[in-house]
Amino acid sequence: MRRYWPGFEWQVAWRFLREGRMQTLLIIVGVAAGVAVVAYISALIDGLQANTLAKTLGAQAHISLRAPEDMVAPAARLEAGTAMLSDTQPRAQRLRSVANWQALLPVLQATPGVAAVSPMVSGAGLALRGEAALAIALMGVELERYDRIVNLRSKVVAGRASLQPGEAIIGRELAADLGLRVGDRLTLRTGLVSDSARVTALVDLGVKDLNRRTVIVPLRAAQNLQGLPGGATHLDLTVTDVWAAQALADSLRRQHPLRVESWQESNAQLVSALNAQSVSTTIIRAVVLVVVVLGIASVLVVSVVQKGREIGILRAMGATRGQMQRIFLLQGAVVGALGSLLGIALAVALVWAFTTFVRGSDGLPLFAITVPVPTALRVALIATLCGVLAAVAPARRAAAMDPAQAIRM
Amino acid sequence: MLIELHDLRKRYNLGQPNEAEVLHGLDLRVQRGEFLALMGPSGSGKSTLLNILGLLERMTEGDYRLLGDSVRGLSDAELTLRRRSALGFVFQFHHLLPAFTALENVTLPALMHAGRVSAQANARARELLDAVGLAAALHKRPSELSGGMQQRVAIARALVMDPPLVLADEPTGNLDTASSDDVFALLRRIHAERGTAFIVVTHDPRLAARCDRLVELVDGRIARDEPVAQLSPVAPPR
Repeated sequence: MRRYWPGFEWQVAWRFLREGRMQTLLIIVGVAAGVAVVAYISALIDGLQANTLAKTLGAQAHISLRAPEDMVAPAARLEAGTAMLSDTQPRAQRLRSVANWQALLPVLQATPGVAAVSPMVSGAGLALRGEAALAIALMGVELERYDRIVNLRSKVVAGRASLQPGEAIIGRELAADLGLRVGDRLTLRTGLVSDSARVTALVDLGVKDLNRRTVIVPLRAAQNLQGLPGGATHLDLTVTDVWAAQALADSLRRQHPLRVESWQESNAQLVSALNAQSVSTTIIRAVVLVVVVLGIASVLVVSVVQKGREIGILRAMGATRGQMQRIFLLQGAVVGALGSLLGIALAVALVWAFTTFVRGSDGLPLFAITVPVPTALRVALIATLCGVLAAVAPARRAAAMDPAQAIRM
Repeated sequence: MLIELHDLRKRYNLGQPNEAEVLHGLDLRVQRGEFLALMGPSGSGKSTLLNILGLLERMTEGDYRLLGDSVRGLSDAELTLRRRSALGFVFQFHHLLPAFTALENVTLPALMHAGRVSAQANARARELLDAVGLAAALHKRPSELSGGMQQRVAIARALVMDPPLVLADEPTGNLDTASSDDVFALLRRIHAERGTAFIVVTHDPRLAARCDRLVELVDGRIARDEPVAQLSPVAPPR
């Protein structure tokens, strides 16, 4: 059986669009404006969120496991019918090691979705140089493992990251406050234990407050300084999909008697803000698409009225209702597709303008935004579908026209 | 037999207080190859009858057989396909598609039928346009053609699928006398050469007198149906 090729519908649809040149041009520009807004806002919000996430997660683990809290042992259960008045003061939390962390490490490493695991000893201390003494957050890590968690090497602004015994990596602001340069020594003190270390690198963790407090030393050195020989206060995890961190954290919480915290829990406000941003963007995109649909529909409805006589003559000549419908559906699709192409080009131009002219105080672009090909294709496809959707009502109207009456129009 | 009408009635606004019957039980038979004039005063039901014959409107009662088959009860799609294969239309106001050239307007029925214009259909359209004297205007848009030329294009279009019957509603009604005579002469020539049947609605007794048979409608009834004696015999149907 010979396959039917809708050449008739294409020809008539295309000629109708060409005939109403200005009308067609205006609606294509309208669709393009809508598509450009949707694509640009998508790119902007995606870029902004990716940048915010990168900055937030750049200096912290996606999931952190810690030893359970020290609890006061509950009083013995009383017999039924006996009342008890109780006032229990919570215990002060001391640094504790995750029990048997060496055995847990390979188990976590083998968990699906986990990209890297790193043990850490983290506690407070003082950094001393000369007469200066500053409160610090002392972190003991194995450099190779920790680098896979926060990509520490990429944050080095001076020196070369190395954590051999007796070496330390410190925040850029802390170095400035203590007058330290790469190669200088500083004293680290926790309680009654002191140790000295040579600075191998200065790092910028993206947050000044962190840079002002951070001192990273070898795991063993931190164990000695914090009085936790062989211990690890944290097990830091990175996951392959940052948005799956919460589900994985919940799963780990059920499996292990440890305090498990995902980045979403430690940044609840940020997550709320990102969600609100996403919802707002979705609403804006939906409204723009509705406007695009209404714009195309209104033009095609007018076109059906204007072309009433032509529709009548085509029906009289033997065009089926289906063919008439397809003529108008194709017009919607063509307007949607051409508007999409123009709109994507416009969005790319807007993105270029943003990255070229909008700069931060340091003269660099605020953050990188692009219109990725899959996003462009998705937006173009949705706009084309919207064009077809917008054409449904006019197409049905055209197909339902009585040819005898239409010819008399 | 090309057309057989039996007790054909058409009523508008069925079931409404303003229900009105415009055709009151018509009986009519048209042979293949006839050249028939349909006359009558305004409001006599000519256009309604032509629309029913052209399968553009449905009758209310009675029977209509086109090429031997009753069209009563056919779906809209079936009526459309019969219209495409059996009928050609020529209207008073030409009704060409302004965005298409003369040649494209003539090939439209072929395009509509197959989704593409075959070399054969293209050659036939050129031949028809040549036959109606428009060989030099193939690629002109309707707006670039005179009224008479546009009507010639419409005639070529009506014939491109080689239908056994062409329905013409006041085909010269919008033309000056000279163009009107030319167009009517063309219809007669095509009829003589191809044996295509024509039913021509006209108000002009001068043109009706050049047909083979005259049917006059008055108030929805056939008041007169007789051969027009003074004309030369019709060419036999193919």
